[in-house]
Amino acid sequence: MATEVTTMTRKTVPSATVPESPWRIAIRRFSRNKLALGGLIILIIMFLVCFIGPFFSPYNLYDYSLASKNKPPSAAHWLGTDKLGRDILLRVMLAGRISLLVGVVATAITVIIGGTLGAIAGFYRKQVDTAIMRITDIFMSLPSLPILIILGAVMSDLKVPPPTRIYYLMFIIGLLSWTSLARLVRGQILTLREQEFMLATEALGLKDRRKIFRHLLPNTVPIIIVAATLSVASAILYESSLSYLGLGVIPPTPSWGNLIADANNLIDFRKRPWLWIPPGICILVTTVAINLIGDGLRDALDPKMKR
Amino acid sequence: MRTYIIRRLLQMIPTLIGISIIVYAISAMIPGDYITALNNPNMTDERAEQLRAIYGLDQPQYLRYFTWAKSMLTGDMGDSFQHKKPVMEVVNQYIWNSFIIAFASLVLSWIIAIFAGVFSAKFQYSLLDKLITLFVFICMSLPSFFLGLLLIRIFALSFGWLPVGGMTTAGSKAVGWEYIMDVLKHGALPITVLTMLSTGSLTRYFRTSMLEVIRQDYIRTARAKGLKERTVIFKHALRNAMIPAITLLGFELPALFGGAIITEKIFVWPGIGNVYLNAIQIRDYPFMLGFTILVAVLTLIGNLLSDVLYGIADPRIRLK
Repeated sequence: MATEVTTMTRKTVPSATVPESPWRIAIRRFSRNKLALGGLIILIIMFLVCFIGPFFSPYNLYDYSLASKNKPPSAAHWLGTDKLGRDILLRVMLAGRISLLVGVVATAITVIIGGTLGAIAGFYRKQVDTAIMRITDIFMSLPSLPILIILGAVMSDLKVPPPTRIYYLMFIIGLLSWTSLARLVRGQILTLREQEFMLATEALGLKDRRKIFRHLLPNTVPIIIVAATLSVASAILYESSLSYLGLGVIPPTPSWGNLIADANNLIDFRKRPWLWIPPGICILVTTVAINLIGDGLRDALDPKMKR
Repeated sequence: MRTYIIRRLLQMIPTLIGISIIVYAISAMIPGDYITALNNPNMTDERAEQLRAIYGLDQPQYLRYFTWAKSMLTGDMGDSFQHKKPVMEVVNQYIWNSFIIAFASLVLSWIIAIFAGVFSAKFQYSLLDKLITLFVFICMSLPSFFLGLLLIRIFALSFGWLPVGGMTTAGSKAVGWEYIMDVLKHGALPITVLTMLSTGSLTRYFRTSMLEVIRQDYIRTARAKGLKERTVIFKHALRNAMIPAITLLGFELPALFGGAIITEKIFVWPGIGNVYLNAIQIRDYPFMLGFTILVAVLTLIGNLLSDVLYGIADPRIRLK
């Protein structure tokens, strides 16, 4: 009898009470959040426009036509033209590619440094942990904006060519913003490593590296995703502020920040708002969208958070 | 408590050494020095060498680091090349201008955030809550320079209500009340920018904190006693919701005295952040280094302050 009961329950259980996968729950929770969903749609549109839009533009970046310089928005030039007669819409889209790319790559660097150091500190504890956390403290107390400005000046003095500057910039922003992620991951790993599945990896005799990267880190992915999303927004803000000061991405490479800096004389500023308002709006809309997504993800991925 | 503070202060020493090495190393990467940055066409090579010897720029980097670090310890940050005065004096001269706008925006943003946070939590999921949430996200995502430019364009150029920049009207010899009004008029826009930038995250903080408190039993008790809703919210709930927010007060320290580099630049406000940007342009090393270290020290002290404040505000927290 008893065996019959167990086989029966075994048959019925799967269809009835198999718990939904955590990812599916997260997606469901996320899609219920209208603000976050709106942010996601806006961000996707922004990416599409910036990366695919330029192919549909009848102009190119080297169309200098002084006959049509400084024209306000019109049917031919939706956002007007600049002092060299270049199409602003095209420039804003191309600048968006750079700004978005800097944000994403800088965040990837943040995740790699922060995730690795946090995991190592949490896994080995003791002296390793103390050493890494000391370094984290140091980087955390470094004032980011002043340091970024100095490094921008260093790059200008070393005459780093504009395209190479972008790569340096991504790396620098990443290097200055990994600390909070490292702390989050470390905290998570400290609790995870005490759980039973780690005992199993111990019994299997896995190497430390495999334990950390295959078994511990995947469990911290939800918090990494949330932190990384929000980090993209702050990286874009850093890049644009620095480019506005002329110390980040520099012309001829366009970025949203240096497009605004381009219009930094009284006549352009006062009489030709189409030069600097569109890139500013783009920065604002993108960062708002990313922050909304990040917040939605936090609600969706963090089971402790009730709504 | 005292041992805790002493221990934390001691822990700051290695952190500060690390910071000073990093900051110094970065500034040492800059090719050229103050003498080349002067760009004086009458400068002979001989004279340049003499000047380098006077400023100690001819020594190897690591020696210069030790000289610099040693004098830092005695509180002497050296003389600013640009201002020909001790760095501390320059800092003291400009830091108060930064403090004025930073303090005003601190007070304003806390008041706005408390009210917005409380109402947002009280009427959770209402239209008001949603509007406040959207506003919060916009504030959190605003690039300071764009907001500043927009405000100048609208309020200073289009309407002409407020001055474009600076701290006082040029050539004005106003004193007393008139002077204060003049500064206030010039400060209105930068203060608005700084307030908007910090209100976002603060509001969110208060909202979350309020939401937690509002569900507590003692709030139900207070309501059951028949207290007015206003008393319940602002006296019983808000007081408790404020406790975690006290830690934020410590974190405000670097913002209060560290200047707002970009905002001050845009509004040509003669604050420490603006001076810092100029210092970088002309490679004024002593000032650059001194200021960066100063902000780092403020950050460290701010962190300690917030932990201590938390311990004082909430007796359940034991500092060890």
